[in-house]
Amino acid sequence: MTSEEIVYTPGMKDLFKELISNKSGLLGLIIILVFVFMAIFAPHIAISDPLKIGKPHEILLPPSPDHPLGTDDLGRDIWSQIVYGARVSLLVGFLATIICVGIGTIIGLTSGFFGGKVDEILMRITDMVMVIPGLPLMIVLSAVLGPSIWNIIFVISVISWPYSARVIRSQVLSVKERPFVEAARCLGASDIYLMFREILPNVVPIVLAEAILYVSSAIYSEAVLSFLGLGDPFHISWGMMLHFAFSSGALAYAWWWALSPGIAIALLILGFTFLGSAVNDIINPRLKER
Amino acid sequence: MFKLAGLKKFILKKTISTLITLFAVITINFIIFRVMPGNPVHMMFTDPRVSKENIDVMMKRFGLDKPLWMQYFIYVRELFIGNLGISFWKNVPVIDVILGRLPQTIILLSFAILLSTVAGVFLGAYAAWKRGSKIDASILTVSLVTYSVPSFWVGILLLITFSYWLGLFPLGGITTPGIASAPLLDQIIDYLWHMALPLITLFFYYTGGYVLIMRNAMLDVLGEDYITTAYAKGLKEAVIMRKHAMRNALLPVATITALNIGWMIAGVVEVEVVFAWPGLGKLMYDAIMQRDYPLLQGVFLFIAISVILANFLADVIYGYLDPRVREEK
Repeated sequence: MTSEEIVYTPGMKDLFKELISNKSGLLGLIIILVFVFMAIFAPHIAISDPLKIGKPHEILLPPSPDHPLGTDDLGRDIWSQIVYGARVSLLVGFLATIICVGIGTIIGLTSGFFGGKVDEILMRITDMVMVIPGLPLMIVLSAVLGPSIWNIIFVISVISWPYSARVIRSQVLSVKERPFVEAARCLGASDIYLMFREILPNVVPIVLAEAILYVSSAIYSEAVLSFLGLGDPFHISWGMMLHFAFSSGALAYAWWWALSPGIAIALLILGFTFLGSAVNDIINPRLKER
Repeated sequence: MFKLAGLKKFILKKTISTLITLFAVITINFIIFRVMPGNPVHMMFTDPRVSKENIDVMMKRFGLDKPLWMQYFIYVRELFIGNLGISFWKNVPVIDVILGRLPQTIILLSFAILLSTVAGVFLGAYAAWKRGSKIDASILTVSLVTYSVPSFWVGILLLITFSYWLGLFPLGGITTPGIASAPLLDQIIDYLWHMALPLITLFFYYTGGYVLIMRNAMLDVLGEDYITTAYAKGLKEAVIMRKHAMRNALLPVATITALNIGWMIAGVVEVEVVFAWPGLGKLMYDAIMQRDYPLLQGVFLFIAISVILANFLADVIYGYLDPRVREEK
């Protein structure tokens, strides 16, 4: 995305209307809503407590009417784990995104608005963080900080903000040259007012599209970290289910244990990817012509 | 003359920023492992039977009784002579463990990048050429899917299907036990047989990314004036695509590849763990499982420095090839 691109700023209502007519955007939205529903009503949808250890005869059962997705090596119901896992994925996805896009917006806005030395220094720092390979740093940080869902959120957001800072900065650069900003400046508006009241609202659509795509990468990161055994043991997540399935040695037999968590992760990530791309197309008509 | 002067300044600028980045990563690494709650010796000896005197001796041996700034100084000095400490788990220098595992990652990564660049570049170019068509839409959707689906899960599915059920491929590792006494050709075939599934998994993951990058780069190029000129000259569309558009789209693809090394490393870490491929990614996982912090720290630092240097190289090459880049910040 370059700075010269003109971004169309639709109201929320128009955006929604266009989204409904966009096939993949609508599909993404539906997938996300299904998982959100699952997460909110988890106690009502789940068959049992996801961490409740089953009786000996309930160990590694294939899918059946009693356990629609089977059970794991401790006799725990996999469907219930999937349902509760949605909470972890969505919590990490949304919170990490809010923090990381928040940092990115503040840095991108300051950098783009003030330019000069401020811009130079902030962008140097941004580039520096951007070059550090993300997953290895996340692994090291989570290994040192210890397994907790809050640490995972912190680790993901602290590493992923540079991309949003870059995108937002380039958008600010184009918005701040527009006549209405100049007009407000002539009327004596302060820098803070210009930044937050004049420029920010015009950057919001880009921030929104970016944020949606960020959710999917945050969900992916959480899944990988949990798969590598760095997940929060008190909150069952899809990545952790795959970790247990993989390290249990039961994969040769218990295929159902590995199948459903992966499908859940892939579906949710795809949902956010489809929605994000659709929003991008809508606010960025030049891309849509392609 | 002017061209070269600009290049020198560009390289100097990149060198300085690369050095600052390296310094920052080294410092971050020091802070993460030194300033966090507790210290390495306490982490090693959580056993209450270890006496206070023994801990003090260990603290002295590791230099942890010195002030923090001095520890930092020693750490940087040792780093320069390639000393990354001793692995708790293997009881040998960390750098030796890393160098022993490095070739396997390089081999797997090179094969995967080679195959998926070729496939991705052609599929992406084709999709851009047929933009808006059904073919374009399906290539785009498939790429988005393979790019989004976690590669460690794809690996697990392949493992279940082709290794456990069908028995066509090994369960992991790089060699069949006892193969060392077989003829060289058999050894090579055995190695490739072990590499097949990890390679396919990575191919899935990377190709999707390459298609998306190449398609975008092609679409940018197709909007340029010289393409219109080529059409006006009456050149055949296939010729324009191959000789004019693809060639120019390859440059951005090459840089984006270098900038995306971090993303590729992520894929390789996941795949190595699933297929027990003894490279750096698997080593990181082993270090976590063994709670071997010096090893974990060493692998991270090694990967980070390699990626930073690769980026520097890509920047310089790109700046040399395309003078326009030097003007930008």
